[in-house]
Amino acid sequence: MNKNEPVDWKKYVIVFFITGTLFVSVLWLSSFLNTKKIDELRSVQDKIYVDLMASEVQFSLLQESSCKDVSTTVLSSELNSLADKISYSENNIGNTDSDVISLKKYYSILEIKDYLLMKKITEQCGNRPIFILYFYKNDNCPDCTKQGFVLTSMREQYPNLRVYSFDETLNLPVIKTLTSLYKVKESALPALVINGRAYPGFQDINAIEKILPELKKIEKKSATTVPAAATEKSATDSPASATPAQ
Amino acid sequence: MADIHSIISYTISFLAIYAQIFLLVTFFENRKNIIKHGDEILELSSYPTVTITVPFFNEEKTITGTIESLLALDYPRDRLSIFLIDDGSLDNTWSVVQKFASNPQIKLFKKENGGKHTAINLGLSMSTAELFGCLDSDSYVHPQALKRIVNIFNNDPKTMSVAPAIRVNNPGNMLQKAQKVEYDMGIYIKKMIGFLGGINVTPGPFSIFRKKVFDDLGPYVKAHNTEDQEIALRMQEHGYKIDHCPDAYIYTNAPSTVPKLYRQRIRWTYGSLRNIFDYRRLIFKKEYGTIGVFTLPSNLISTFGVIFIGSTVVYNVIKFIYYKFIQIQVASISSPHFHFEWFFVDTRATFILSIIVYILIITSIVLGRSMTEEKHRLSPHILYFIFIYSLIAPFWIAKSVYNAIVSKESSWTLERKATTINNDIKQV
Repeated sequence: MNKNEPVDWKKYVIVFFITGTLFVSVLWLSSFLNTKKIDELRSVQDKIYVDLMASEVQFSLLQESSCKDVSTTVLSSELNSLADKISYSENNIGNTDSDVISLKKYYSILEIKDYLLMKKITEQCGNRPIFILYFYKNDNCPDCTKQGFVLTSMREQYPNLRVYSFDETLNLPVIKTLTSLYKVKESALPALVINGRAYPGFQDINAIEKILPELKKIEKKSATTVPAAATEKSATDSPASATPAQ
Repeated sequence: MADIHSIISYTISFLAIYAQIFLLVTFFENRKNIIKHGDEILELSSYPTVTITVPFFNEEKTITGTIESLLALDYPRDRLSIFLIDDGSLDNTWSVVQKFASNPQIKLFKKENGGKHTAINLGLSMSTAELFGCLDSDSYVHPQALKRIVNIFNNDPKTMSVAPAIRVNNPGNMLQKAQKVEYDMGIYIKKMIGFLGGINVTPGPFSIFRKKVFDDLGPYVKAHNTEDQEIALRMQEHGYKIDHCPDAYIYTNAPSTVPKLYRQRIRWTYGSLRNIFDYRRLIFKKEYGTIGVFTLPSNLISTFGVIFIGSTVVYNVIKFIYYKFIQIQVASISSPHFHFEWFFVDTRATFILSIIVYILIITSIVLGRSMTEEKHRLSPHILYFIFIYSLIAPFWIAKSVYNAIVSKESSWTLERKATTINNDIKQV
C-alpha cells in the first residue's frame, strides 16, 4: 500500500508562530505610527491654541489703535492644514477612534474661537464679515458630501471667504449652542449660517453667491491681503483619500 | 459591517502570509536539494522506455515545432517512441503530420473527435513503455528535459510521476510577459509543494508517469476538461508520489489577448474547483498528507480571498468615480497640490500587511526565476504581472466560481478544442 508523506505538524506550528509574530509586529507598528500622528496633531492644536490666545491679546491691546497690525493670516492656514490632517485621520485611523474624535472636538472649539476673534476684528475694523458656518453630519448625508465639494471649491475661488465647519455627530455642547443660537435643525442638514441667518439644505455655488453678493467685490479689493480661511474639508468623507482596503 | 469586513481582511492577509512563509521555510530547508543542471549533460544509469503522446485537434500551425522538439530530445532513439493522435481535426493538421510518417520513432493515429482525454487514453492503450507522458501540441520541450525527469525516476523508485517546469514560449506582448512571470513563480511554488508531497496538478505538457499508475488506477477521465488535475488528485488519494523537476523546461504558447487568457483561466479554475469538490474527501484528512492539509485548502481560500479583495477594490473604484462625478456636477475639480508629508502615508495595518504580501510574492517570483535560465530575476515584467493579474484575475475567478456553482461546463471549443463526447476510438 502506497502512503502519502506524513504531515510535518511541527513545521505548521513554527510557521504559525512566525506569521503570528509578524502580524502582531505590523499591528504594533501601525498603532505606533497612528499614535505618532495623533501626537503630532495634538501639538499642532496646542500651538494654534496659543497663537489664537496671542492674537486675542494682541487685538485687545491694539483695539484703540490701528486695525491692520493684527495678524491672523498664519493662523488661518494652520487651521486649514489641520483640517486636512484630521480629515485624513478620520479615513485612515477611523472616525470612531476616540483620539480622532477628541481631536475633532478640540478643532471645533478652535474654529469657534477663531470665528469669534475674526468677527470682533472685522466689526471693529469696519469690514463686512464673510463667514460661512457649515453644519453637517458624517453618516447618511449625501447632500453633506455635495455641500463639502461646493465649499471646497468656493474656498479656492474666494480666498477671503472663511468657512467654519462643524460636525453635528460630535455631540459637542458648544456646537449645540451654535445650532440653537442660529436655529439650525438637526433634521435639515447640511445647513449654512451666513450673516446670522440659517439656510437649511444643500446650497449650490450660485445660491451662495446670491446670498453673499459682496463676495465678489471684496474678492477684488483684498484678494492679496487675506489668504485661505478655515476649511470645511473635514466635512467630506473625502473619497479621494479612501484608498481601497487591501 | 465594517467590522466584518476588517475581520475578513485580516484573516485573508494572515493566511496569505502564512502560506508564503510556509513555502519560504520549505525553501530554506530544501534549498540544497534543488538541482539545476545548467549546461551539464546527464549520463543516466538506465534508460527506461518512454512513450510520449501528442494529442491534437486543429493545431496545424504549431504541431511541427512540437514534434521537432520531441525528436530533438537527448534520449536513445530506440527507447523513445512518439504517438501522434489526431482527435478528429477539421483543418490540415493530419496532412501536416504526414511528413513524420516514415520516422521509425513516430506512430500516427486518427480517431473521431472525443475530447483530449480520449486521445491520450488511445495512446495509453497502445503503449507498452515503462514511462508514459503527453505533450500538448502547442508546447515545446527542452532537449535535456526528458533525461532530467528520468533521472528523478531512476533515483527514487517510489516516484510515480514527475511534473516539469513550464515556461512561456517567446513572450511577445505585455500580457504574455506577465504570464511568464506567473509561470516562473509557479515553478518555485510547485517545487516547494513537491518537497512536501502535495502536488495537485500534473500538467498536460510533459508530465511523465510510470505506466503502472494507469495500470493500477485506470486511464484518464474527462474531469471537467482538466484531466491533468484529476489524475494528480487520484494519485494523491492512493498515495502515489508526485515529484517536480524544476529544470525540465517546457515552453508553451501563452494566450496573447485578455479574452483568450480569460477563457483559459475560467476552464482551469472551474476544473480545479470541480475536481476539488469531487475529491473533497481529501480535505483536512491528515492521512492524505500535504494535499489535504495545505494544497487544497489554500486553493479554496485563495479563490475566496481573490474574490473578496477584488470586489473590495471594485467597490472602492466605483465609489471614487461616483464621488468624482458628484464633485464635477456641483463644483469645479480642485487642482491637486502635491507635497509630501509623512502624515499622509497610509499607516493602516491592512495596508502594511498587503505590502508584506506583495513583498513575499515578489520573493517567490525571484526564487522561481532563479531556478530557470533567466538572467534578470528582478525585471519590470513583475510589475506587469502584479498589475494585470490584480486587475483581471478576480473576474475570471468569480466567473469560474459562478460556473462551478451552477455546474456550467467550460468549453474547450472556445480554445479551438472540441469536447464532443464520442468515445468511438478508431485507429487508422
